[in-house]
Amino acid sequence: MRYLLMVKAGKHAEAGVMPSRELVDAMSEYNERLAQAGVLLAAEGLQPSASGIRIAYPMPGDHPVVTVGPFLEDKKLVAGYTLIDVGSEEEAVEWALRMPDPSGYGEGEIELRQLKSK
Amino acid sequence: MSASATHRTIDAIWRIESAKLIAGLARMLRDIGLAEDLAQDALVIALERWPDTGIPDNPGAWLMTTAKRRAIDLLRRNKLRDRKYEEVGREIHAYAEDDIVGALDGEIGDDLLRLIFTTCHPVLSQEARVALTLRLLAGLTTDEIARAFLVAESTIAQRIVRAKRTLNTAQVPFEMPVAHELKERLSTVLEVIYLLFNEGYAATSGGSWVRPLLCQEALRLGRMLAEIAPSEPEVHGLVALMEIQSSRFKTRVNAKGEPILLMDQNRALWDRLLIRRGLAALERARSLGRPLGPYALQAAIAACHAQARTAEETDWARIAALYEALARAMPSPIVELNRAVAISMAFGPLFGLQLVEELTSEPMLKDYHLLPSVRGDFLFKLGRFDEARSEFARAASLTRNERERDLLLKRVAECPISE
Repeated sequence: MRYLLMVKAGKHAEAGVMPSRELVDAMSEYNERLAQAGVLLAAEGLQPSASGIRIAYPMPGDHPVVTVGPFLEDKKLVAGYTLIDVGSEEEAVEWALRMPDPSGYGEGEIELRQLKSK
Repeated sequence: MSASATHRTIDAIWRIESAKLIAGLARMLRDIGLAEDLAQDALVIALERWPDTGIPDNPGAWLMTTAKRRAIDLLRRNKLRDRKYEEVGREIHAYAEDDIVGALDGEIGDDLLRLIFTTCHPVLSQEARVALTLRLLAGLTTDEIARAFLVAESTIAQRIVRAKRTLNTAQVPFEMPVAHELKERLSTVLEVIYLLFNEGYAATSGGSWVRPLLCQEALRLGRMLAEIAPSEPEVHGLVALMEIQSSRFKTRVNAKGEPILLMDQNRALWDRLLIRRGLAALERARSLGRPLGPYALQAAIAACHAQARTAEETDWARIAALYEALARAMPSPIVELNRAVAISMAFGPLFGLQLVEELTSEPMLKDYHLLPSVRGDFLFKLGRFDEARSEFARAASLTRNERERDLLLKRVAECPISE
């Protein structure tokens, strides 16, 4: 089964602050471990929401509303994702726990979601 | 966390850590049977303690330390009885002084590679290689392996015990194969992985067409191997082949469980992520600059299909050329038969038929249902319906797969009766 590990964006990531050298190294080592275990499908970081575009449908049947970033509301934005292929939910959680704190500053957050495709 | 939740978490940790644990221990002990026993002991201790103490921060290192302590106890008890002791003991103590995690990461790739070369060693039977690889590298239980192969658990357990004994008796060292053996030994490893994949992909008889667990394990092992043996083009070739074939997983059968042929599949449902991964793996194989081997060539053929947006856009001339290269790399009448199909698609059924006629005397294909099936298809396309009908009927009588038989009988019925 496939799990999406979504790394949520903290204020620093949104402000375009580059992650520390240590974090970059730790993250790439983590990705190597995922690959070596044969579970990594894809991993990618996202640009800050300043370059994001949002399409909303506030009125069903009406035209969509297109907004450009940055998105300032409290809703947590996604800063990156890792897609893995594992045997169980517990395995997905164990792998996610092995990921380094992705943000620092107390802002690190990873959300796990199972994909509908097997 | 409830006890059962803790157990499920420990299972997951085992899946993640066991191969590294066993590989690391095997390097120290030079004995994979003993390495697995000690790793299992550590697991049992974890199962006893972790529900009370909670799961440690670094469970992999905890398991390794625990297993190593057991190893030292065991060696002390057998002290001086075995010449091996001093050497092995030294290695274990040296290891104890290392930063465990650092040592794990530094050499783990090589350890895993030694482990898979051992579980796929030529002294073992094919069945034994498969069972041992699933057990030691994939971390599956004997019960899971037994269910995947539809045999009794005791059969698999015995197979694994005997395999370990065989490795011991033959004194197979826990080492990388020497240079001149490497190619042959690697092909044994790839064969085991591809066998698992095929076993999962299409059962040769009975009603079931796909057994996903084995496909998943094969893919996982292949992806793992591509990381620990990155300079071997055939490893990437095999991974590419499996990724691309897996991309059609969902479209291979219809709602009634009947097979859908490649040309009739809904290409919009092919898994683009797996295709992309497959093409990238094929590119890695090519970039190593050596002539493509049989797996990479088969992957290149699969890639031609994956890249055609519609069945009509398929580059059959290129596929025919790739089959010709494949026939040179791995001569086989079955490859020739596939080449005939590609040639027929590229240049017309008459050319395909000429090639197939040459294969009718081939003893290996005497009872192979796809020969009359393909020949029937060419004859049908040439309007020679009477001959086509008898070929389809013969093919239907030869296949062991019920669903395939139904398809062939349908083709018999589609041949118009001549006046």
